[in-house]
Amino acid sequence: MDDVRIPFLSIFLSVFMFCFGPVAFANMTESSSEPEEKDLKTKIDDYIQHHLKDSHDFSLFSYTDDQNITHHVGFPLPVILWDNGLVIFSSSKLHHGESVASVEGNHYRVYHGKIYKTDSEGTIQYDESDHPTNIKPLDFSITKSVVMILITGFLMFLLFRGLAKSYTKNQGIAKGAGRFFEPIILYIRDDIAIATIGEKRYKKYMPFLLTIFFFIWFLNMFGMTPLGVNVTGNIAITTALAILTFLLTNFTGTSDYWKHLFDPLGDSMPWIAKIPLYVILIPIEILGLFIKPFSLLIRLYANMQAGHIVIMSLIGLMFIFKNWIGSTLSFGLAFAISLIEILVAVLQAYIFTMLSALYFGFASEEHEHAEAH
Amino acid sequence: MEQLIEDFSIGLFFWQTLLFIGLVLLLWRYAWKPILNAVNDREEGIKNALAAAEDAKKEMQNVTADSEKLLKEARAERELMMKEAREIKEKIVSEAKEQAQAEGDKLIKQAQSTIESEKKAAVTDIKNQVAELSVEIAEKIIKEQLANKEKQLKLVDNMLNDIKLD
Repeated sequence: MDDVRIPFLSIFLSVFMFCFGPVAFANMTESSSEPEEKDLKTKIDDYIQHHLKDSHDFSLFSYTDDQNITHHVGFPLPVILWDNGLVIFSSSKLHHGESVASVEGNHYRVYHGKIYKTDSEGTIQYDESDHPTNIKPLDFSITKSVVMILITGFLMFLLFRGLAKSYTKNQGIAKGAGRFFEPIILYIRDDIAIATIGEKRYKKYMPFLLTIFFFIWFLNMFGMTPLGVNVTGNIAITTALAILTFLLTNFTGTSDYWKHLFDPLGDSMPWIAKIPLYVILIPIEILGLFIKPFSLLIRLYANMQAGHIVIMSLIGLMFIFKNWIGSTLSFGLAFAISLIEILVAVLQAYIFTMLSALYFGFASEEHEHAEAH
Repeated sequence: MEQLIEDFSIGLFFWQTLLFIGLVLLLWRYAWKPILNAVNDREEGIKNALAAAEDAKKEMQNVTADSEKLLKEARAERELMMKEAREIKEKIVSEAKEQAQAEGDKLIKQAQSTIESEKKAAVTDIKNQVAELSVEIAEKIIKEQLANKEKQLKLVDNMLNDIKLD
């Protein structure tokens, strides 16, 4: 047993070192603190807002020294823009939105987490409702979220590849760290896939269901670590996942599924009677087609976003109270909510997987069930 | 809603879709397929082993039933044999008894007839001896009586009387 676990651990540690090793050479960027003094509440609010967003560099923490200079500790990530051609530069040039990056005669600046094209001074024009009017180049940067996705994917590959190998090595018995996940894989197979899709057709959906479950779960759990990278609480991520579910549902849909969609009443009444009903029914069915993945993406996004806001607000409260009773209470509350969030992390992964499987089940069902609706 | 659309990052969406599809394909080929196959094989193996155990149990039951049947048969046969033996014994004993009885009867009869004939012979013998004796006695008496005239006469008288009486 140990001969499998140790390599996995050592690989994990080396990955960890690979990812966080650069702290040693992390660029300690300096910047003078903001000119206008904000009060603590707005600062915390800004901090939470900033945390919930994706960022162009991987910052681990920041602190302010005696000279009122803010140091950011972390490492830069590549910025990839499409601005009439590919523009690639290191995010260290952006200095956390505090300076203008000049690349090949173009100037870019980060404003509220987005990169805008500016003049050499970095001025941003606003319209009447305070929205910037500068050109926003297409941003394909390897952001903090993309890095976390890569780390999660890498970890998943190591973990499950190890599990897969351990079967052949130990005559069909799982060993090592992956063993913990075998019951979960079986649960997804038996109680999610087979239960909702059916014994005959569940197999082709298994890779997607397993990957999406562990992907969401692991990213949710990463969000709970002090690094607190809010990946699954990002609308672009959940949209991508929901669109994949949507595409898979509709591309694997059987003829029964489409018939059920456009002719829900079947042969139960003459065609002349169905026409007035179908004027209402078919638009609803088509709307339902899109509402299903939409509910998926909003549910995951809102749950993870809300969890992060609540925990960070409670942590922020400790600094606002600054007394024994209030801070202790909010610490206790933050702790309790953290425990709940750990549950929510697996719950949301389960719900996303379960509902995806349910939609696949609808799409691939044969006629005997279609009559029941 | 506007805020949401504002926050939506096309780049992140692009990377997420690309990386996720890549991850699904990679894990499919290198992890999920071997894992699910291994688990399936194992379950199949367990199922087969259980079925084999069930079969063995059934066979065992059959064997037990067979041996019980055999035992029963053997017991019945023994019973039958014992019964037959008993009957034969009784028959032999009764036959022997009958034979003995007959033999005994025959012997007794023989003995009786022998006794009878012996008795007859003895009686005849005694008769003859008595007759001889009586003749001898009579001779002696007569000799004695005839030795004296008077007595001879008396005797003749007596005899004559006797004859008369007869």
